[in-house]
Amino acid sequence: MPDATGGSGFEIVAREDFSDVTYLLEIRHPQLAKAARPGQFVIVMPHEHGERIPLTIADFDRDRGTITLVIQAVGKTTREMQRDCQVGTRLFALVGPMGIPSHIDRAKKVLCVGGGLGVAPVYPQARAYKESGAYVIGVLGFRNRDLVFWEEKFRACCDELILCTDDGSAGIKGLVTEGIRQAVAKHPDIDECVAIGPPVMMKGCAEATRPHKIKTMVSLNPVMVDGTGMCGGCRVKIGEVVKFACVDGPDFDGHLVDFDDLMFRLQRYKPTEREANAKFDENCRMRNITQAAGGSG
Amino acid sequence: METANGPRKKKKTIRMIPQARTPAHEQDPSVRARNFEEVNCGYLVEDAQLEAERCLMCPDQPCVRGCPVNIAIPDFIERITDRDYRGAYDVITASNLLPSVCGRVCPQESQCEGVCTVGESLEPVAIGRLERWVGDLAIKEGWSNVPYIEPTGFRVGIVGSGPAGMACAADMAKAGCEVTVYEAFHEPGGVLKYGIPDFRLPNSIVDAEIKKLEQLGVRFECNTLVGRLFTIEQMIDEMGFHAVFIGTGAGYPSFMGIPGESLNGVLSANELLTRCNLMHARDFPAYDTPMQPGRRVVVIGAGNTAMDALRVCLRLGADSVSCLYRRSRAEAPARAEEIHHAEEEGILFHWLASPVEVLDDGNKGVRAVRCVRMALGEPDESGRRRPVPEPGSEFEIEADMVVYAIGTNANPIIGQTSRLKLNKRGYIATDANLATSIPGVYAGGDIVTGAATVIQAMGAGRHAARSMKAYLGLRGTDFVYEERPDGADDTLFGIDRAEHGYARVRLPR
Repeated sequence: MPDATGGSGFEIVAREDFSDVTYLLEIRHPQLAKAARPGQFVIVMPHEHGERIPLTIADFDRDRGTITLVIQAVGKTTREMQRDCQVGTRLFALVGPMGIPSHIDRAKKVLCVGGGLGVAPVYPQARAYKESGAYVIGVLGFRNRDLVFWEEKFRACCDELILCTDDGSAGIKGLVTEGIRQAVAKHPDIDECVAIGPPVMMKGCAEATRPHKIKTMVSLNPVMVDGTGMCGGCRVKIGEVVKFACVDGPDFDGHLVDFDDLMFRLQRYKPTEREANAKFDENCRMRNITQAAGGSG
Repeated sequence: METANGPRKKKKTIRMIPQARTPAHEQDPSVRARNFEEVNCGYLVEDAQLEAERCLMCPDQPCVRGCPVNIAIPDFIERITDRDYRGAYDVITASNLLPSVCGRVCPQESQCEGVCTVGESLEPVAIGRLERWVGDLAIKEGWSNVPYIEPTGFRVGIVGSGPAGMACAADMAKAGCEVTVYEAFHEPGGVLKYGIPDFRLPNSIVDAEIKKLEQLGVRFECNTLVGRLFTIEQMIDEMGFHAVFIGTGAGYPSFMGIPGESLNGVLSANELLTRCNLMHARDFPAYDTPMQPGRRVVVIGAGNTAMDALRVCLRLGADSVSCLYRRSRAEAPARAEEIHHAEEEGILFHWLASPVEVLDDGNKGVRAVRCVRMALGEPDESGRRRPVPEPGSEFEIEADMVVYAIGTNANPIIGQTSRLKLNKRGYIATDANLATSIPGVYAGGDIVTGAATVIQAMGAGRHAARSMKAYLGLRGTDFVYEERPDGADDTLFGIDRAEHGYARVRLPR
């Protein structure tokens, strides 16, 4: 469990829950806030027995000296963090910024596409493009209206915003690829597209822009341990060459990425992940039972 | 004959010494193949006494020259025979701060023991085992040598807490510098922690050695990725470091580029070892880091890392573990003891065989490795006979996990983030003093030479430290000053002429 007693570690200064699976953590690390650039990621280890997980930096505030992470509780580690990472607690380890920062081109018109969890990390890029003077079109995809977050933040840095939901409960009904289609139809002069989200979504985006020959950068999220180019777990196929996402990326040309390979490689630890999740459920259940027993006695 | 230590003992001859090398106590192969306890349990005091007797105290001392950090080997062995164990420790630590580590992981057979005079007619003196015994005794007894350190006001930054960084940090701290060591992982130690498994070098030993550095005043800052959090240039220009040493290691693991390498179940030895050692995946689910279970494992390569990977897989419960190496046993780069231990534990060795394809099980996992037999042809540039494939000799080894341990390339992070000059292979370019293209910035270890050994990295760290001291204008502080017991000090105006470091020619701004 993250340490609440102070001392070593990295303090969580704010937290926001967007839904029952998505939560935001703001962590104090002035040096990291100063160094971070759009597109970079950090590795977090919540406690001493934890695993090291890569998370894309969703925002950084140099004045407050903080970085922001938006996390989806899917695996054991992210679910445990959802339970334990409260304001005032500390993460055992936080290292970064890692990876090559996104190259903010002198593009005139840019499409910034975020799907699900990818909505948060595409924000610093949208903001950076806006600051560089580009016309920014945001396309954000969520499953339904209840899961929507940061709409206002995006409206502040996008010239146009297309919200997509699977069920049409907010914005247009459909996937982000539908949003891309509409944006491209309206703006034939888009120079560049940035797409961040689950691999299947990024693959869809790359396919959507390919016929229009719009340069499309995607941010890859393979399995990694150290994040410094040492383990090679994060190797991805980019065209004919193998690259390490942690030090050669995480941004790559979406039209060259072998997404099927990426998706298969992301399955590597599925059986152990299932085991860990089951164990975590059991621990939570036992904890609730003990707490209930303690409360009544 | 008189020496500083009094009358020398009667000259020994090869016939007078114990003829056989004193064996080290080892765990039984069948037991140890299933646990992570140390294989080699080391010497007891009587073993050390007996083995120390085997040193001829020859005047030539080839072992000292064979040691990359020039430990005064006969001196420390003589103190063991004199039962002055603390004295033996003092002699070793004058040159090497990490005797427990080096005694375990140095390739002694190609260094000190390889040139030992006794080795010309008998088995050489077991210098490594004696060094380890002294180092372990020091940890047990809580000995540490914290010399009087006069602060100089210089600040030194060290990038990477592996063997090169640790050795450089020790020397710079002893020279009175304020030393900060940066490490990207959450624990210091570098390859000693993530790479070398506990059954060869327990992490507790590494921690004990790190504690000694902290006693010298060295500060370790973990979770710090230099290059990305701040650059080498910023360390010099903004953060107030007067000198910087880069010892980030080689890192970036190599693959071969054969078909099937992206299958699940193919991984680098670095990944396997980091998960198992540093992240404790072997204790999953008590620790959260997972590990793919390998029932039939093939490890490609025959260096020390390959031996570690092979033996780790065995201990994780694999049914069969095979080693594939394209040359023969004689050319294998691993320490002799490691290959011997691996063979004892039941590792299958396929010498003169090279993989050509990793075969798919139909579900993106590994089914087998297709290999080809090799023959040794003419010697290549390295002087080793070049392996050439034998046509039509292909065969398959069933496997569900394939581990690559065929070496590493330069880690690109420092190169990406600084204007340091690199060589054409991506390693940091240095001159003979290990100075880089930026004044005040030095580099050493694998990031300069490519993958090498722990002691070579430590040697480079010490070499860089000497150059950094010269750059900062600090004099001869690696010399350990001792008063002469006969009182016949060679003084000049009351200052002992052997006492170095009493004058400083350059002061910090």
